[in-house]
Amino acid sequence: MNAHAPLPRPETGCEIRQERGQRAVFCGLTGIVWLHRKIQDAFFLVVGSRTCAHLIQSAAGVMIFAEPRFATAIIDERDLAGLADANEELDRVVRRLIERRPDIRLLFLVGSCPSEVIKLDLAQAARRLTRTFHPEVRVLSYSGSGIETTFTQGEDACLAALVPEMSRAAASAAPSLLVVGALADVVEDQFARLFADLGLAEVAFLPARRAGQLPAIGANTRILLAQPFLAETARVLEARGATRIAAPFPLGAEGTTGWLKAAADAFDVPAERFERVTAPGRARAAVALDLHRERLEGRRVFLFPDSQLELPLARFLSREMGAALVEVGTPYLHRQHLAPELALLPAGTRIVEGQDLDAQMDRCRAAQPDLTVCGLGLANPLEAEGLATKWSIELLFTPVQGYDQAGDLAELFARPLKRRARLEV
Amino acid sequence: MQLTLWTYEGPPHIGAMRIATAMRGLHYVLHAPQGDTYADLLFTMIERRDARPPVTYTTFLASDLGGDTAAIFQEAVSEAYARFRPEAMIVGASCTAELIQDDPGGLARALDLPIPVVPLELPAYQKKENWGASETFYRLVRALAGGEPTPRAERRPLCNLLGPTALGFRHRDDLAEIVTLLASLGIDVNVVAPLGATPADLGRLGAADFNVVLYPEIARAAALHLQKAFGQPFVETVPIGVRATIRFVEEVAAAAGVDPAPVLEGHGSRLPWYSRSVDSTYLTDKRVFIFGDATHALAAARVAAGELGFRVVGLGTYAREFAREVRAEAALHGIEATITDDYLDVEAAIQAAQPELVLGTQMERHIAKRLGLPCAVISAPVHVQDFPARRSPQMGFEGANVLFDTWVHPLMMGLEEHLLGMFREDAEFHAEAAPSHLGRSAPTLPDEAPSRTPVVPASETGFPSPDPLRGPASPAEGGGKSAAASSAWAPDAEKELKKIPFFVRGKARANTERFARERALPLITLETLYDAKAHYGR
Repeated sequence: MNAHAPLPRPETGCEIRQERGQRAVFCGLTGIVWLHRKIQDAFFLVVGSRTCAHLIQSAAGVMIFAEPRFATAIIDERDLAGLADANEELDRVVRRLIERRPDIRLLFLVGSCPSEVIKLDLAQAARRLTRTFHPEVRVLSYSGSGIETTFTQGEDACLAALVPEMSRAAASAAPSLLVVGALADVVEDQFARLFADLGLAEVAFLPARRAGQLPAIGANTRILLAQPFLAETARVLEARGATRIAAPFPLGAEGTTGWLKAAADAFDVPAERFERVTAPGRARAAVALDLHRERLEGRRVFLFPDSQLELPLARFLSREMGAALVEVGTPYLHRQHLAPELALLPAGTRIVEGQDLDAQMDRCRAAQPDLTVCGLGLANPLEAEGLATKWSIELLFTPVQGYDQAGDLAELFARPLKRRARLEV
Repeated sequence: MQLTLWTYEGPPHIGAMRIATAMRGLHYVLHAPQGDTYADLLFTMIERRDARPPVTYTTFLASDLGGDTAAIFQEAVSEAYARFRPEAMIVGASCTAELIQDDPGGLARALDLPIPVVPLELPAYQKKENWGASETFYRLVRALAGGEPTPRAERRPLCNLLGPTALGFRHRDDLAEIVTLLASLGIDVNVVAPLGATPADLGRLGAADFNVVLYPEIARAAALHLQKAFGQPFVETVPIGVRATIRFVEEVAAAAGVDPAPVLEGHGSRLPWYSRSVDSTYLTDKRVFIFGDATHALAAARVAAGELGFRVVGLGTYAREFAREVRAEAALHGIEATITDDYLDVEAAIQAAQPELVLGTQMERHIAKRLGLPCAVISAPVHVQDFPARRSPQMGFEGANVLFDTWVHPLMMGLEEHLLGMFREDAEFHAEAAPSHLGRSAPTLPDEAPSRTPVVPASETGFPSPDPLRGPASPAEGGGKSAAASSAWAPDAEKELKKIPFFVRGKARANTERFARERALPLITLETLYDAKAHYGR
């Protein structure tokens, strides 16, 4: 609708512009689909409408079937009649839930568009319910509403809600590293081994796999973001005294090296040791990436905005796989957190923040890219128009970070092209 | 507030999308926040549609709420009209936009577009998907229907087919089947709607002699309106099953004034003969539990009892609008209907009914899998599996053949397992071999647990529990042989139990334990086993 003029960004060399209009993205509730698997004793209760319940079951249902640790408290007409009622109703629903699920240690009340619009105060409800169920169950709240969060921002809001729960580290505590952002367990374990080999003694991950395992935080905590969409979480961690380590994101071999190196430098790891520890991973990644380079080299790629992973992915595709970037969409661009990525992108890369869907689809059709990275709602329609697509949600559900997943990441982009070449019908 | 994980139906605006997406030349402008765009993937991924649904979402943000969301809506309507040039538009709000009360109908009217714009009032906190589809179709028909029949002498009889939508359970295949059937009767189809119809097509609905309602959930309201406004009678018999199809043929033939006999004589459905074939004897009195939308659940009950010789031990629907009809059908089978949209209630009803076959939705398929029961899917909510590449109608004579195959197949697989059990002492077959029809991850034979409780804790099966409230089964309920029973099994009775075919063994165990419990017998002996058998009979 209102396309602003491109803003020149001489410090990055990228052409960044903002768009407003119709968006085709998930809301933050979708994050529950992977967060509930990551935090194994947490339950996510969406306080919302039938649409919210339908969204989560549809978003999840395409890939996984019914799962046990999330649900929706569906607001109905009676709740809309008066807020006092809605609070009592919520307490009743939570009581029933906790009675039947005594294994729950952490309950997230997740706000939605309707709960935000009727101003149902879930933070207050969480405090009230925590008093009721203390000490067995801790109740927290965050918003995953579509009017406030886009897709992965739901994880940001969830992790930010955990930060006040972290204990304060002593001023004399040894320097520690906190890796922030949900990673697949296998990836997390690989990184933990690498950090140990680098000689970092105090390394913790947020979110922790169990609610009770939150690390302490203080002035000696350095945070390393594993995901590019954690603006609010980083802000509240920094407010608790932690220092953020600027780094590219661990996608691809180069990103992984840059990410690990930033941490190593912050902890004064000798360069020789860094080389020695990372050499085997870099070598394996190089072999794995070679297998897919031919398929991706010189291919023109168009990325629709989806998860905020678009910039690191574009950097990987361009610098490690030799792809050409037609357009890199992102729902939101955190210029500070993404500065190391912007610096690595080729000069002149067209970055579009926000979305005006129909205009963007027109640009995509006009450009006829070799590969289009987009959401599930757009993929089949674009395929039917003759464009090869990679659906972006898979990039969040598949372990793709780190050296040993770099080849898998490349393969995700190469597969649609390989398949097109293979099919004779 | 209602606690739920699975909903059988989406919100009512999803129903409106099913109408809009089914039609051509119609555009839907939906006042909704950005997350609501997930609905596109229902159509592009589950149904594998090759185009985006014709829906423009306003995708307003929290920051817009203080400003002018009404202006955002009007801008979206203007731009959608300019870009897509539809013949007609529908406009409305999703759950969130309903709360901000922007009046999409009034705002769109103020734009004075040169096309019909039909406002939709779909109360998101009261109503659900099927109601939304029905209401949308009715509003469109009411706004756009026109035309009148030409003199009958000059043409063949003409009818409209009402009800098939996008994302419907086998609507695509049912439609092809029914169009062929009508053609064989010498009846022409004037308009099929909403699937494939344009707003202009709705404008000539009145030219037909009568209407055929394929899915009452979607099209009854529209047909009633057409009856009133155009004097068109309608046929509402749902042609699922051989007998219902015969009745359908008779009714449409009567409405059209043609002779049904040639079609009925040559229908050639294999179901009657397959059902009479002696190998089907084992189907007699198979206990079947049925749950789905009203159209499919009602039809399934009639087919199961009258055409396959099953015993209907459970019947229910999530479509409360049709509760009366489902209750009446249940009464014919001597049972109480399960009317609920809470799948936990459905699961409890299935466990209580102890069926040998479940006919349900994808949700019941999950429940059945957990309980180790054979299952076939008969109804929406749809899943990508419900859009098979081959033609697979539920309706008409070919549809009856499909029903026979899909419902009997899971049982036949079960019979295969029985044979496996008979040869269990052979080296190739042993008691630990999982039933092949339950997939690789199936944990154990169903007889290893009382049939009322899940076979093993879900976490051990590799299959996630569909129940957010139950959680991991406690040691007392998960896989324990007689947790609920106070009686112990004597070794000889236990051994005898193993000789009973596996597919009735779970029930035999449960019945015997109940028999012993009711009589406070401390030990289940061989005699107890056979006393219980005689008591419960079969």
